[in-house]
Amino acid sequence: MNTQNHILVVDDEIQMRRLLRTTLESAGYRVTLAENAAEGIRNAETHRYDAIILDLGLPDIDGIEVLKRIRTWAQYPIIILSARTSEEDIVTGLDSGANDYLTKPFRTSELLARLRSSLRIFQSSAAPMAVITVKDISIDLDSHEVKKNGEAIKLTPTEFALLALFLRNAGKVLTHNYILQQVWGPKFEEESQYTRVYVGQLRKKLEDDPNNPKYFITESGIGYRFMGDE
Amino acid sequence: MTTPSEYRPDPDALLQALKKEQEHSQRGKLKIFFGMCAGAGKTYDMLKSAHEVKSKGIDVVTGYIETHKRPETEALVAGLEIIPRKKIDYRGVELEEMDLDALLQRKPAIALVDELAHTNAPTSRHAKRYHDVLELLDNGINVYTTLNVQHLESRADTVAQITGSIVRETVPDSIFELADEVELIDISPEDLLKRLEEGKVYTPDRSKHAILNFFQKGNLTALREMSLRLTAERVDHQLRDYMQSKRITDTWKSGQRLLVGISPSPSSVSVIRWARRMAYTMNATWIAVYVETSKVLSDTAKVQVNSNIKLARELGAEIITTADENIASAMVRIAHQHNATQILVGKTTQRKIFGSTLLDSIIELSGDLDVYVVGEHDESTTKKKFTLPEFHSGILQYGISSLIIVIAALACYPLANYLGYQTVSLILLLIVALLPLIFGVGPVLLAAGLSAMLWNFFFIPPRFTFIIGLPQDILMFTMYFAIAAVTGTLTARIRAREKAVRLREAHSSALFSLTKQLTITKTQDEVANTAIENISRFFASDVTIFLSQPDGDIFTLAHPNSMYAVDEKEFSVAAWVYWNEKKAGKFTDTLPSASATYYPITGPRYPLGVLGVRARNGKQFTVDQESLLQNFIAQIASTLEREQLNDLARRTVIYAESEKLYKTLFNSISHELRTPIAAIVSASEGLREKIQSNTYQQEFVDEINTAAERLNRLVENLLDMTRLESGQLAPKLDWCDLRDIVNASLKKLEKELSGHSVTIEIAEDLPLMKLDFGLIEQAIANLLHNASQYTPAGTTITVLARQQEHTLVVIIRDNGPGFPAQALKKLFEKFYRVPGTRTGGTGLGLSIAKGFVEAHKGTIAASNHPNGGALFEIKIPMQP
Repeated sequence: MNTQNHILVVDDEIQMRRLLRTTLESAGYRVTLAENAAEGIRNAETHRYDAIILDLGLPDIDGIEVLKRIRTWAQYPIIILSARTSEEDIVTGLDSGANDYLTKPFRTSELLARLRSSLRIFQSSAAPMAVITVKDISIDLDSHEVKKNGEAIKLTPTEFALLALFLRNAGKVLTHNYILQQVWGPKFEEESQYTRVYVGQLRKKLEDDPNNPKYFITESGIGYRFMGDE
Repeated sequence: MTTPSEYRPDPDALLQALKKEQEHSQRGKLKIFFGMCAGAGKTYDMLKSAHEVKSKGIDVVTGYIETHKRPETEALVAGLEIIPRKKIDYRGVELEEMDLDALLQRKPAIALVDELAHTNAPTSRHAKRYHDVLELLDNGINVYTTLNVQHLESRADTVAQITGSIVRETVPDSIFELADEVELIDISPEDLLKRLEEGKVYTPDRSKHAILNFFQKGNLTALREMSLRLTAERVDHQLRDYMQSKRITDTWKSGQRLLVGISPSPSSVSVIRWARRMAYTMNATWIAVYVETSKVLSDTAKVQVNSNIKLARELGAEIITTADENIASAMVRIAHQHNATQILVGKTTQRKIFGSTLLDSIIELSGDLDVYVVGEHDESTTKKKFTLPEFHSGILQYGISSLIIVIAALACYPLANYLGYQTVSLILLLIVALLPLIFGVGPVLLAAGLSAMLWNFFFIPPRFTFIIGLPQDILMFTMYFAIAAVTGTLTARIRAREKAVRLREAHSSALFSLTKQLTITKTQDEVANTAIENISRFFASDVTIFLSQPDGDIFTLAHPNSMYAVDEKEFSVAAWVYWNEKKAGKFTDTLPSASATYYPITGPRYPLGVLGVRARNGKQFTVDQESLLQNFIAQIASTLEREQLNDLARRTVIYAESEKLYKTLFNSISHELRTPIAAIVSASEGLREKIQSNTYQQEFVDEINTAAERLNRLVENLLDMTRLESGQLAPKLDWCDLRDIVNASLKKLEKELSGHSVTIEIAEDLPLMKLDFGLIEQAIANLLHNASQYTPAGTTITVLARQQEHTLVVIIRDNGPGFPAQALKKLFEKFYRVPGTRTGGTGLGLSIAKGFVEAHKGTIAASNHPNGGALFEIKIPMQP
């Protein structure tokens, strides 16, 4: 990571800002700090960052609102930090365009991993590929062939669409709503049992131990994450 | 009028049939063992049937059996469970009645209740035993009962004619129709008399007296015929019902409707019964009409009207009351309005001098309606007594009106010589004509007579005799008397009519004023106040109101503005009314010993309250007042319902506000607590990366980290507990795969469980379930954490999950030391910690797990596994 990615940290707690600066700088990032929403938005408008780490509990404007505003022009990763464990807030954040989330207290290693993964997905998503390979699973988007350890696996069209979605977003949290919209269409947003059933199917076909999944990870009450190289 | 098409059942009739079926499915079933008289063996047969069903494993209980000390019968009672009778002390006499409440509490499949027509002791809840039976049926209890033909309401008068003894204990025929099954217990009169002689029927000392009075062969044959015919009729009726429901059209009869008039006379009873019988055999519905005229009724007549109306209602008539001066035209009008096809009229014996009888007028007006004429016979013939025509004016009125005439006559006396005696008659006539403005018919007629006599005696020559000399004076005298009487009567009649109009006007204005006041009420309290005030003023009564509580139960305390104190007994009447949505209390058949009459205030979906009304003069309301009161109650009910809905809306707003406040507070506290912990955790972690391992520094950092994690867990527990305690915890149910939840819990506790081996056994066929992912995850995590803390490293923790019927069962088991016996009970209490365990824990984890599971309407239990180790079992009902 010598490219010196520039990260904007928006948090109202001075202690958290100082800690994040130290953590991120020691990991080789350039860091700018903002102590409230207004300053954060102003910074985001005037500079180009590679990613934003955004606290949801801001004193002046609600973090979700900040997220939505920045998302109107910025495509780069935004990771939300929240002291709220309320799943609703996180799901709203993710559905409003956040790339990932962390709840306080979090481990620094976890934060760095998420940041790295988000940056990589963003920076490599330019060239769509016909064949995606993640670990021992490979998927050919043209011929609809799926292989695990070189062995062909038979998937139904829906399972294939779901798997393709996961692989394209390896490492990223996908909310139930997002998955339903992408795979089944906007009318199916209420049918949340679909994702559970089909993820269960994929686990049976692709996981070594479906009861203890390594690829298709459940994010409590939020959605799923396909674990890539981490 | 159109004739209904021959093949299509009337939709009303179909609905009726459907309703019958629906009611039947929830109601208990009624089986009547029906006989011609005592001694036929009904009780015996009922008990035998009871033993039969009992042998099939059905729960049969004896509610009330009268064995009459017959040994065979007593032997049969022996094998059945008996609900002890209730002992009632009434004026020093101890009476025994069926214990209705005990039966309702016991709720058997079948209750045996002997002697359906029995009249209960005066302080019982219901006046008659058949009311008790109806309540049992309403509560889904099947009833076996016995009944003799002479106790059927519609047969009572016939039986009285045949046997000469009046039957006082009767049941309405409707209960006979309500029965799902009627079993006729037939016995030939010869056999019965033989049994009687053998002393098998009554105890020997009573039987002689009984034989003489009742058990004569002729009587018995007639009774037998009646019971056979009734049963046959019923079968016929059932067949018709069946054909109707199956749309069998051959003998389809169109919707006939019979109309009968109710009069204030006791003889009306037999006409009403006739109508009922005709309607039944014709398979027709019937309407009973009471036409209120301006004629003032005596108190006895009022009571008679009420009881006639009640009889008609009990016999299944639709009751319509209307106000009209012309009874015949009112009856024909209602017949047309309600599509009646036949009118039933009693053969009146009284003849009117002018005009025609009621019968004549009805026939004249009836047009295409059929008119049936039936003989009326007065039921009260046995106790007939001569009654004077009713004059309602007080003695004072008679006195004053006479006095006025006397004074007028005295005043005229000196003038008679100048004016001539004819003129005096005109003066007196004027006064008689004016009298009705103040006085009733009686005093006016008296005044007319008196003035005629005075004129004759003091003025017509020869004076001071009643002799009239000249023929023209005789003519004058007769004319004078006729004119005085006619004028007086006519004026009085107009006045009475005016009074009726005024009364009606008063009623509508009272209703209007109530409605007007109700529209501006803003709370239930105000509605109750307005109701109490208006009813008490207009009905000259003391009024009490009970309202319903938000949870649907009745408030045990009367509304504070109520006008009389309610003791426990009165309240029990009100509560009965509330739950049964039927009127009860004084002047009714249910709990008549109450001091007031209680009316249900019924909303469209649930009861809204109960209104207690006690007239200050202690009298029963007239038909008129009763219907006005019903109107009042209807108005009050709709307003109360409006207010209850408003209250609900208000509460919802308050609740939402408090939820919002709570959320804000909760979020800010959790933010304040979590932020410093987050700082400590990430700082110590950052520090650890910068220092070398196996140094003192690293040990310090590890200590900081462990402490921070412990603090973090404590904060999380306290926050969870706060959510539980606040009552704001509403699970957000969504489809979940239990495997996911268990995995998430395990992931959360990766570090704590690193020393243990965890086995997961989740049934392959376990379906998705609607759960709150976070809450169940936390509950399972807390149980796992508990297991990890209380078992030595290296032991196995097992998580099992499966579906059992409609319940999800999750078991978390370890093979550690298990719980000490005394700890099992207290395990889920807040802050409870098993004595002697190591420190580091708040004792909140398990009670939080319990709270979260209970939020899903589930249960959680702890036990020791027989093979050792602690076992937690979570059971959650599955959402459909």
